[in-house]
Amino acid sequence: MSDTEEKLLFVSPSPHIHHGLTIPKLMFGVVIAMMPAFLFSVYVFGIGALIITLLAVVSCVFFEHLITRYLLKRNSEVNDGSAIVTGILLAFNVPSNLPWWLVILGSFVAIGIAKMTFGGLGNNPFNPALVGRVFLLISFPVQMTSWPVPLASRLSYSDAVTGATPLAIIKEGIKNGQSLSSLMAQVPSHFDFLLGREPGSIGEISALLLIIGFLYMLYKKIITWHIPVIMVGTVFVFTGILWLADPSKNADPVFHILSGGVMLGAIFMATDYVTSPMTIRGMIIFAVGIGVITVLIRVYGSYPEGLSFAILIMNAFVPIINKYVKPGRFGEVVKNG
Amino acid sequence: MSPTMIYTIISLSGMGALSAIILYVVAKKFVVVTDPKIDEVEAVLPTTNCGGCGYPGCRAFAEALVKAPDISKMHCPVGGNEVMKKVGGILGAVVEEKDPYVAVLKCSGSFEYRKKTNIYDGAENCQAATLLYSGDTGCAYGCVGLADCVRSCDFEAMYMDKKTGLPVIIDDKCTACNACVKACPKDILELWPKGKKNRRIYVACMNEEKGGIAKRWCDVACTGCEKCVEVCRYDAVLVTNNLARIDPDKCKLCRDCVEVCGSSSILALNFPPRKDRGPVEERPNRKLARTKADNAKTDSPPAIQPSQPNISGNTGINPEPTNIEPSGV
Amino acid sequence: MMLMYLFNGTKTFPKGGVHPKENKLTSGKPIEEIPMPDTLIIPVSQHIGAPSVPTVERGQAVKAGQLIAKTGGFVSANIHAPASGKVTKISESMDTSGYRRTSIFIKPDKEQVWEDGIDLSSMLLPDIKNTREEILHKILQAGLVGMGGAAFPTHIKLNVPKGKTANLLIINGVECEPYLTSDHRIMLEKTAEILVGVRLLMIALGVNKAVIGIENNKQDAIRKFQELTSALPDIEVAALKIQYPQGGEKQLIKAITGREVPSGGLPVDVGCVVHNVGTTFAAYEAVQKNKPLVERVVTVTGMSLKNPGNFRVRVGTPVSKLIDAAGGLPEDAGKVISGGPMMGKALNDLEVPVTKGTSGILVLPETQSKRPKSKVCIRCTKCVTACPMGLEPYMLMTLAEKELFDSVESGRVLDCIECGSCSYICPSNRKLLDFIRLGKYMVGKKIRERNKV
Repeated sequence: MSDTEEKLLFVSPSPHIHHGLTIPKLMFGVVIAMMPAFLFSVYVFGIGALIITLLAVVSCVFFEHLITRYLLKRNSEVNDGSAIVTGILLAFNVPSNLPWWLVILGSFVAIGIAKMTFGGLGNNPFNPALVGRVFLLISFPVQMTSWPVPLASRLSYSDAVTGATPLAIIKEGIKNGQSLSSLMAQVPSHFDFLLGREPGSIGEISALLLIIGFLYMLYKKIITWHIPVIMVGTVFVFTGILWLADPSKNADPVFHILSGGVMLGAIFMATDYVTSPMTIRGMIIFAVGIGVITVLIRVYGSYPEGLSFAILIMNAFVPIINKYVKPGRFGEVVKNG
Repeated sequence: MSPTMIYTIISLSGMGALSAIILYVVAKKFVVVTDPKIDEVEAVLPTTNCGGCGYPGCRAFAEALVKAPDISKMHCPVGGNEVMKKVGGILGAVVEEKDPYVAVLKCSGSFEYRKKTNIYDGAENCQAATLLYSGDTGCAYGCVGLADCVRSCDFEAMYMDKKTGLPVIIDDKCTACNACVKACPKDILELWPKGKKNRRIYVACMNEEKGGIAKRWCDVACTGCEKCVEVCRYDAVLVTNNLARIDPDKCKLCRDCVEVCGSSSILALNFPPRKDRGPVEERPNRKLARTKADNAKTDSPPAIQPSQPNISGNTGINPEPTNIEPSGV
Repeated sequence: MMLMYLFNGTKTFPKGGVHPKENKLTSGKPIEEIPMPDTLIIPVSQHIGAPSVPTVERGQAVKAGQLIAKTGGFVSANIHAPASGKVTKISESMDTSGYRRTSIFIKPDKEQVWEDGIDLSSMLLPDIKNTREEILHKILQAGLVGMGGAAFPTHIKLNVPKGKTANLLIINGVECEPYLTSDHRIMLEKTAEILVGVRLLMIALGVNKAVIGIENNKQDAIRKFQELTSALPDIEVAALKIQYPQGGEKQLIKAITGREVPSGGLPVDVGCVVHNVGTTFAAYEAVQKNKPLVERVVTVTGMSLKNPGNFRVRVGTPVSKLIDAAGGLPEDAGKVISGGPMMGKALNDLEVPVTKGTSGILVLPETQSKRPKSKVCIRCTKCVTACPMGLEPYMLMTLAEKELFDSVESGRVLDCIECGSCSYICPSNRKLLDFIRLGKYMVGKKIRERNKV
């Protein structure tokens, strides 16, 4: 008793122990998972990828700190790492020769408009990096759709040799009445997609390295497998049906899941905690929705790639999914004893 | 004019006309007949929707007022007598004048007087803390200090005093809506007659422990010593379960009990400093009003019919320290 | 150790759960006696239900095992003197929640005389001579309550309500709470006695099948039970996966039988009755040895304790005496918990007594005592995935915090078993269970008010 009189004991409701998991641990886990793809993009696109990623991260962190500290007058929480993830994701979604001021503008839109106006981490309905990306894509379509050719001009940032993405080549070609088989001959092979030998945004080119990041996050229990697997599966099945129906007009399903941002979106953006549903069943609906909308835009829409739009559209449905899709309750089954 | 434009004009006006007809029919067919008096009454009510009248919001109260055969017992604590007079005028009914009430905090156990015995590390919510245990001091009856009452107040009439750890009630803003009384899990808030010139005397303690135990954990705990009962000339003080309680209806605000209280647990608010009138013991007319039935449950809470605050007679916000410091300290 | 995990069984509950570090520091420590304290404080309310009514007076001499408080209602339990001595006073004393409750204070004498008819020998009495009614009566008389922590009177659980039938007795030897080992030690040291107890409870319930559920981190206990039950076709041992809350009644039934207790229902609705191993041993002692429930095994543990161990203590022994027996309160102690770290109750006074439901005393160092600051919810779904009852803790917490108790009710807060998995896993350190408990209480209050009208 004498001990307790000098030193007061803590009293709190149970549980008294904690797993030790924190938001920074989760966020830096995501950052580590993105590292293989990032390092590869630096190898492929050179200095441009490095400049843009660093710039996006720094400006995202800077804007978040500025807004929380001086506009919202709260304690800044930038050290939770979420702004870093947003920055890297934004950089992953733009070409490596994007003018620097567009990167800063995109970061501002992502953090300032898509995230902080809703109250910061945990409250934003839309994925901030994607809002930033779509804002840039719609406002600056020329800069956003000139992709440097891999390995071509690694030491120059602005004057890179550019080319169209495989998806754009196919889309334009079909529109102009070219045959699919001749178009397919112009784009890299499926194996090149897997390794990342096609033009594209900084982070999306190598499906293989993105999958490695996915496996790391699964191992670390940062995300569950549901959204990425079901989303890619939906794209595969949907494009597979179209391909079987008319192979002369539609590219094969393997092409669709490996090209463009499907892997990046499925693994790193659709799985964003804040903007994805809270239950497994909800996640399945969400992932199927993204897959279907992506293919619809790719095949029938005017943009060659529809992933960003698909994720943002499904983000808008998340609150309603959360309202109506509940986890399977224990004890709801009619007794089977 | 091109045919397209003509078609457009025709189709749009047709659609407009059709919609107008549908809207008209629907409005006529599904019209909800409401007593226009309800709207009139509602317009008079303060529209704070605080629920202090016992109804969910001002509209519901207006409906109840219009429907009720006798509205003399119904009262809007926020609007007070003035609003009720207007309501009476609209409905042609008699309203009763109510004395203004105000919430008082029946605990003086600030950090200084009531030492911590452990560190609470749970949800910042009085009710949640009370569910867990008796509290972070030795007193199981006193204020928890996690501001459930402050959060419940719709009128910004309360705030937490960081120095004492107790809530403070701003008399002029308090409308006696009863929200804080309902929110407090320890039942230490009570509606009390506002009193002449805002003066009121009450026992600021809820501790029902025996004197020694109560005193061990809190310097300003009521010990149930009954000195106040002995000194009161108006039979206004009663001790039940080791706890004194002043009956506001009988109290004449003489402050004799305040002086004799050994642990300063009786508070006298908004009185001017007392003139020296000699020791209390020498004065005559002292009555021994000791209650026999100590354990009988005699303390009936005052009618929780909240009443109007004294809007006209206010003299501005009270200096805050007088609200929380036990008098005579 | 690694091998043990390789053979981790697959039997488990399907939904949610977490795996806290087990920290079973005392699993290898045999049960020890501790010296009799100077004063025993026996609260009259040690169980769920009505407080017992004292039958002794101040100054009266009592024998150990003598009835000192009788049941105060249907849901209540008898209380017996844990030691012989003098009743010094019947007064109020602090209980684990800090409120003052009526307690009987006994000053033990040196002689320690036991009530007649109580068999104190350690000889195993395997033959059951009593009828079903006699067993039920003896258990009621002995004041048995659930010894896993909830302290629900045992005789009520043994009385199957009309219109329902029990067909399976489950003995809970899971002990899924980290640190605690009292059930583990009893299972190792009193295996044969427990099996007699199982037989007694089976007769009392009228069932012809029993399963003993043990978590896989107690391989020695599993083996010992398997050896002794190999010849018994009606008693089975189930090895269960190490997962918290495997020992929750509903989770245990699901893991062993696959049956799901309906929301708001009781285990007997699916034909099961669950009893703790400690209770089973107490039933053996009550029926075969006429010994009422006056002592129990308590694990006193903690990383910084000098001598953590499993102690057989009399009910009413102050917690401070147990900590003394384990080497005294360490310098860095920041929190003392009665029970396990997941569901136990933090104590604000170490003079509170051990009751029938105290399974352990855990001393946490200061560094682990203060909970980190809560951050915003990042909607990571970890609480939803961890909830073994399929609830949405993040939602229930926010609704309770905003006092939207109708929505809390429709979110099925009353299904919450307060296992703490949600708060345990939350990366934002949100006080999920604190507020869910608040919601549960307010919803319960609302329902009671509604039923009154």
